Amino acid sequence: MAGRGGTRPGIGGAPADIGRCQLLSLAAFAVAGAGALVIGALLLLPVGVGFLLLPPAATALRRMSDRYRDWAARWTGTVISPPRPLPPRPTPPDGGPAGRHRRALALLGDAGFWHDLRWAWAEPWTGALLAAVPLALVEYGIFGAAVQPFVWRLLGDGNWYAFVLVDSTPSMLGALALGLGFTAAGLRLAPVVLRLHARWSGRLLAAPYTTELVRRIEHLAGSRADVLDVQAAELRRIERDLHDGAQARLVSLGMTLDEATRLLDHDPPAARALLHEVRATAQRALQDLRDLVHGVLPPVLADRGLGDAVRSLALDSHLDVHVEAALPGRLPAPVESAGYFAVAELLANAAKHSGAPEVRIRLSHTDGLLRVTVADEGRGGADPDGSGLRGLRRRLEPFDGSFVLHSPRGGPTTATLEIPCASSSQKTSSSSGTG
Amino acid sequence: MRVVLAEDLFLLRDGLTRTLQDHGFEVVAAVDNGPALLKSLLEDAPDVAVVDIRLPPTFSDEGLQAALAARRIRPALPVLVLSQYVDQLYAHELLAGGEGAIGYLLKDRITHTTQFVDAVRTVAAGGTVMDPQVIARLLARSDARGTTAELTPRELDVLGLMAEGRSNAAVAGALFISESAVAKHTAAIFAKLRIEPSADDNRRVLAVLAYLKR
Repeated sequence: MAGRGGTRPGIGGAPADIGRCQLLSLAAFAVAGAGALVIGALLLLPVGVGFLLLPPAATALRRMSDRYRDWAARWTGTVISPPRPLPPRPTPPDGGPAGRHRRALALLGDAGFWHDLRWAWAEPWTGALLAAVPLALVEYGIFGAAVQPFVWRLLGDGNWYAFVLVDSTPSMLGALALGLGFTAAGLRLAPVVLRLHARWSGRLLAAPYTTELVRRIEHLAGSRADVLDVQAAELRRIERDLHDGAQARLVSLGMTLDEATRLLDHDPPAARALLHEVRATAQRALQDLRDLVHGVLPPVLADRGLGDAVRSLALDSHLDVHVEAALPGRLPAPVESAGYFAVAELLANAAKHSGAPEVRIRLSHTDGLLRVTVADEGRGGADPDGSGLRGLRRRLEPFDGSFVLHSPRGGPTTATLEIPCASSSQKTSSSSGTG
Repeated sequence: MRVVLAEDLFLLRDGLTRTLQDHGFEVVAAVDNGPALLKSLLEDAPDVAVVDIRLPPTFSDEGLQAALAARRIRPALPVLVLSQYVDQLYAHELLAGGEGAIGYLLKDRITHTTQFVDAVRTVAAGGTVMDPQVIARLLARSDARGTTAELTPRELDVLGLMAEGRSNAAVAGALFISESAVAKHTAAIFAKLRIEPSADDNRRVLAVLAYLKR
């Protein structure tokens, strides 16, 4: 599973990759060593010493496997999900022999531990050998291209370089060309081998399926609790707005009408003034309700969908906002709503902080993924942990959406959010507008 | 004057029909859904249509779509669109043709009968009427962008009322100043914003709106 949109892995090109292959083939000795330690500790369990030795050996092995996971992510962008942490060191009151005993037993019941051990046994003669292939090609190639020309005379009879018998200048040149070929092949092969190695390590080292499931359940429970919190807060806000706004105005309207009725007979001008007041109050109550509705579900979003709703935001913004929307029909209502309020937040931030006169918004939906980009050429330095952006991230969480902010000091700022979702139709509407 | 009315709520349709009839309009059709509205707009050839934006069957912007569709077939067919809320996007779409004979008002405005009837007459005569809320947002935007920075507060008031589609007399009435004072302000505004002055009221409104929309 490759990371999306993150830093580009494998920086440094082919020579760096050869270095990494070298590192992998050497590190295999350490892996084998750690594995041997663990097996030794396991064998010593019956005589008791094993209980003392097992935890540190397992910890050392885990450190190795963590290192490999880290390499896979940094070199090839392959994310290997980490297993659950090993059972912790016993705390002081429990630190006696009994505690150590329990910890060793807990280790034996830990699926991640056995995964590590299986990997430690397999890595030296699978992964490390794989990594040695480009390495051997490059080294042998260098020997042919850079060493043979100087030493072939000294080596005398039977000096074979691969399938070339090097005994004359032409055959030496042949060996040189062949050596260059080997080196080039090794360099070409290195990144491929690193990717293969990372995939193979992923197979062996990825957290057991149940751990993944547990993690997923924890995430879902967390985001569900968030959704319920947000929903409850939203309902409270609506209740309060109604109570303080429209409801209060309607009460005052009733009272004013009552007063006007009382004045109708003996002071008609005063009654008329009150009735004018009633009309104004009624209009304010309507405005309150309108604002409330707009905050819950903007009518243009309900009517037209995300593309036009964002165009409407663009027209209301004080900045020059260019909208490019390529959306197939309508998206699920919750996704449209999340996208809309996210754009509103980002646009407000741009207007407040960026200092840029222009903002570009791009909306697209491809491969079941809604992608929204809001970019400006302003001064950058946006705080990704500000309360607005934190709230935005939280609202995306229930959708398994992602939000990436790129805003170096001095600009430009690009905010990208992605929400996985299906669209209701395949009809594509595409146009652009300017605000 | 012959009017087509589209409104799905019976109470409002009834009330609007009565109000219009009281002010000498002939309501040739009062429909309650989008398809019927489009049919009536094209077949009854009214002098003006008063249209609620949200209509069955979709209860989205059916009324607006029918009005825009009818105006594509019969350009400058006078339509006054009413809505529970105003949206800048819809205002832009209605003004996009640039030929006037268009109105866009909050539904609340029908409680002010005389102003509402005036608006219907203005649109029927080929004029442009925009809700004060639309104009207020356009003015706030121009203010933030500094495109109206040269105007005095009084000139801004006049500009706003002008953009709503009010005549010089109506602007004078609203601001409690003389018509000649309004004319003077108008001349100053057009000079400062470098808008081509025009004797034609509707052209003037459209020019001001075009300036504010920039």
